[in-house]
Amino acid sequence: MLSLDLAVNAVVAGLLLGGFYAAVTIGVTISFGMLDIVNIAHPAFIMLGSFVAYFVNSSFGIDPILIGVVMAPVFFLVGMAVYQIYFYAFEQRGEESIQGLAFFFGLLFVGEVALILVFGVDYRFVEAPYIGPALHFGMIDLPLRMLIPCLVSLLMLAVLQLFLGRTFIGRAILAVSQDRLALQLMAANPTRIKRIAFGISIATASVAGALLIIIQPVEPSIGRDYIGRIFAICVLGGMTSFPGMLAGAMLIGIVESITATFYGPSWAPAVAFGFLLLTLAIRPAGILGR
Amino acid sequence: MRTASFWIVSFVVAAAVLALSRGLIANEYFFFAGYVVLQYIVLSTAWNILGGYTGYTNFGVGAFFAVGAYSSVVLHKLTSVPVPVMILAGGLVSGVLGFGMGYLTLRLKGVFFAIATLALAIVAQTLIVNWDYVGGSRGIYVIRPQQAPLLGSYIQYLYSLMLVLAWIAVAIARTIERSRLGLGFNAIRDDEAAAEAGGVPTLRLKLISTTLSGALMGMSGAPLPYYVTYLDPASSFNLSYAVNSVAMPLIGGMTSWAGPVIGAVLLGTIQQLATVTISSALNLLIVGLLLIAFVIIAPNGIVGLVQARARLR
Repeated sequence: MLSLDLAVNAVVAGLLLGGFYAAVTIGVTISFGMLDIVNIAHPAFIMLGSFVAYFVNSSFGIDPILIGVVMAPVFFLVGMAVYQIYFYAFEQRGEESIQGLAFFFGLLFVGEVALILVFGVDYRFVEAPYIGPALHFGMIDLPLRMLIPCLVSLLMLAVLQLFLGRTFIGRAILAVSQDRLALQLMAANPTRIKRIAFGISIATASVAGALLIIIQPVEPSIGRDYIGRIFAICVLGGMTSFPGMLAGAMLIGIVESITATFYGPSWAPAVAFGFLLLTLAIRPAGILGR
Repeated sequence: MRTASFWIVSFVVAAAVLALSRGLIANEYFFFAGYVVLQYIVLSTAWNILGGYTGYTNFGVGAFFAVGAYSSVVLHKLTSVPVPVMILAGGLVSGVLGFGMGYLTLRLKGVFFAIATLALAIVAQTLIVNWDYVGGSRGIYVIRPQQAPLLGSYIQYLYSLMLVLAWIAVAIARTIERSRLGLGFNAIRDDEAAAEAGGVPTLRLKLISTTLSGALMGMSGAPLPYYVTYLDPASSFNLSYAVNSVAMPLIGGMTSWAGPVIGAVLLGTIQQLATVTISSALNLLIVGLLLIAFVIIAPNGIVGLVQARARLR
């Protein structure tokens, strides 16, 4: 039987989950959607963010979100370095297709195995005051463990949206995604802009990783579950726009949450990926695409 | 070399390997390790038919492989057919899956195709996890028959079957390479729109490629339940099958049948040695690092390096 109580809570939980998915996907929207770099290793960077948060939190007891934000500049530098390698090895030679894809695939795998070698395959979690309690509004439950990551994620989205729209570098990043040659004619260096943009996309993984380990215990190989989900959201949202991406994230979050509530959590992944397969087959431009 | 003589020569080579290894080597472990290397020859050759010849990257190797394995589990529970029949059945089921995937992704190019195959693997895994008849997420035990149908132990029997399968896969790949079919595949890889405009039936060829590639992957997975005797979704759908099947042709070279074979023998052997001497986590690290190093330094693989040297001379 469908009970109203369960259904409403499933939708609310889905919205919170979707908000969090936006944080996970935003990096890929920048790298894949705007820069045309198929960074399928993004989940590995998110895992790295989670484990950094876990390590610092369990050693010094610092708030995980704060760790994610403080570590973002380090991730930014790592991202710039990865882009530099990618640029010299593939973009410059014009071999971006299978080899470039395999490069990131290898990176994903190496990241996962390296984390397993260092931390083992046990589930790790962080401690923070907001993990546990929940707000209650009538029949709606809002666990802080979900609410806070969702809010932080939306905040990050808003900041990046402002950055892209209002600053010179932000506008240059949008320009790279629209017309690379035209940007060159305006005397801006597309490679430098792309390097910065890719750095930003990896920096978001630091925050997203911290949020992930607040929501659920983490072990190195769960990053894989996010590959399909991230690209599903990215494609659903029409690749380049943040609002579209947020809509896609909310949609996947709600569908997964309803499926988990009424059919059991083991079916949830198939639904999201089934969505992706159908979108790709029927409407590759995404729900908000042209 | 003409196609017919390649089939004969490769058959003689395979028969010699079989006779020598079974005649001279008494250590059972050799056959355990050899089975895995041969299985990777089939997997990477199959991947290369779609990835190397036709230019479509399949990251969902695990799905085809595991579906082949699980079709054997179903047959094992329902009937008592011999393993070669299971291999054919696994090939059939995975071939149908490959056809379906090709049909569903007809409009997708490059990256989107790769992502769709990843998604397909997860959908297939979820279906198996929720299918109690084949053990669900708990996994299932498969009891081997006590006696092998041929001389020697059961592992030696599976090793011999896999050797035959590797011979067939390589010979098929080489046949395609030198045929009109292969030319059509290459045309799709180089420029799909131009191929279409030039009268190449791209749609049909793409479906042939996905079906054939999927079927061979399924065949290589079909004996797996008897090899491991315990099958569960997490290990049979493992991402490492996809990483290996992508890494081996890339490291060996994607343009000819020899590439995947060289890559599989090289990487497969290194991994078996590393698993025994160091640790199994480390051997996956080696594959990943080698993959990254090769795509950066030698994007055309070992075969590409050899060809470049030959051209210089």
